[in-house]
Amino acid sequence: MLAVIGTLPEPGAPLLTGPAAWDGGPLSVAGTAVDVARGTPALLAAASATALALGRSAPHAVLAGDIGRGDGSRAVYAHLVETLPASPFSVLAFHYLQPDVDWHNKVLFTVQAMRPKPLLLADAGFMYAAKMSGQAPEYDLFTPDAGELAFLADETAPHPFYARGFLLSQENRVPELIRRAHVHDNAARHLLVKGVTDHVARGGEILGSVDAPSESALEAMGGTGDTLTGVTAALIEAGWDIPRACLAGARVNRVAGALLRPTPASQVRELIAHIPEALETVLREEGL
Amino acid sequence: MSLLDLLRPKGRRKQAPSTDRGILVFANTSEVIRAETVLKAGGWPVTVMGPPPELQRGCDLVVVYPLIETARILSVLEEAGNPPLEAAPLSGPLLKPVDLYQTKDFGRHLMVRAANMKITVDKKTRVIVNVSGGGCPDVPWLARELTGRPLDEAASPRDQGHTLCAYALDLALKEMRRLCSR
Repeated sequence: MLAVIGTLPEPGAPLLTGPAAWDGGPLSVAGTAVDVARGTPALLAAASATALALGRSAPHAVLAGDIGRGDGSRAVYAHLVETLPASPFSVLAFHYLQPDVDWHNKVLFTVQAMRPKPLLLADAGFMYAAKMSGQAPEYDLFTPDAGELAFLADETAPHPFYARGFLLSQENRVPELIRRAHVHDNAARHLLVKGVTDHVARGGEILGSVDAPSESALEAMGGTGDTLTGVTAALIEAGWDIPRACLAGARVNRVAGALLRPTPASQVRELIAHIPEALETVLREEGL
Repeated sequence: MSLLDLLRPKGRRKQAPSTDRGILVFANTSEVIRAETVLKAGGWPVTVMGPPPELQRGCDLVVVYPLIETARILSVLEEAGNPPLEAAPLSGPLLKPVDLYQTKDFGRHLMVRAANMKITVDKKTRVIVNVSGGGCPDVPWLARELTGRPLDEAASPRDQGHTLCAYALDLALKEMRRLCSR
């Protein structure tokens, strides 16, 4: 079972856990309606659409309201430390959480004691904490965008805000940045680098790339990285190996984007509506 | 070093615990003490220590704070009339905030990126149409607050948000305003 762990952009919203089902409207988490704009609800909606289309069970959500004060994230972290040892999850996807190295380490230590150990995916704030902790290689997949790859590649940066300019300006040198992140132990075993071209890497080497279909407007649309991580996480939970899931996830996200015919003002909930059809197309391409 | 670290193989021990801490540099000790009082009253876990040797500015004390919450902490200190001379990561006091902006012109829309944050504006209406990127939990909330607002009426992400992502978004917004005013 896939667990998606993150936050809601609602100040003071209490801990919310349970299955996340999406049918085109608001996301339903344990019966509570959650607005799908961007962030973790967008990831969950994309993962839910993918999982349900594949005949898998809906992802399990662990969420709390947090608008940057860290209160909701700490409630989520404490819940994980308490409940993960007895949980049935095979894949954990960590997302928009306040980066906090101490809490990160408590959660990772708890996960490492689980048998069988779940696959570990990290994106957004939790990926920042994983890199800052020095334990990035413990993870199976990170899903950075270009600015975040520069942060992973910069062994001195504690946050993308401090990524050095000579790395940020090297958008056309993704392979070098991937290797640099890997050499300094600041990358997960696999990377899915989201961008104009999506790259999938293992052990610092690119295994494959996806650049079509291409809609340049998607770069401006908030949440497209979240949906890509969501589709990919659901494919991994369904048993696909990580590189294949990343490459197929990138295709699904791009086909959904092409079906939308987006402008830079399009919103990600419009893209998520096309994920079931896009998934069907990609599954056909895969011979499934 | 925590017990957790002692239980790990040596090669996998976490980096120094300073990686998610920042330092605030002030002109004199009175300002340090005032900042410590203000921030502790706000619930932040701050401490006072001697500055790292690399730092040449300020007095012989600095305030150590949660680096991620830079945006909110700077706003609170400014509101209290006690802004620092400098805020920097404890693990690398000479590191500077990103000052490199990337722009992309979509025709009717213009996008500006600062670090991991992007903001997009309709050039005709000057309305913010999208906010993208980032990883701190105030980003989805700030995106909702900013999207649909006229560029000149949008509240500062640095004042509204709390984190370094909010700070980066603030830089992107300022750069967008500069470009759109030309």
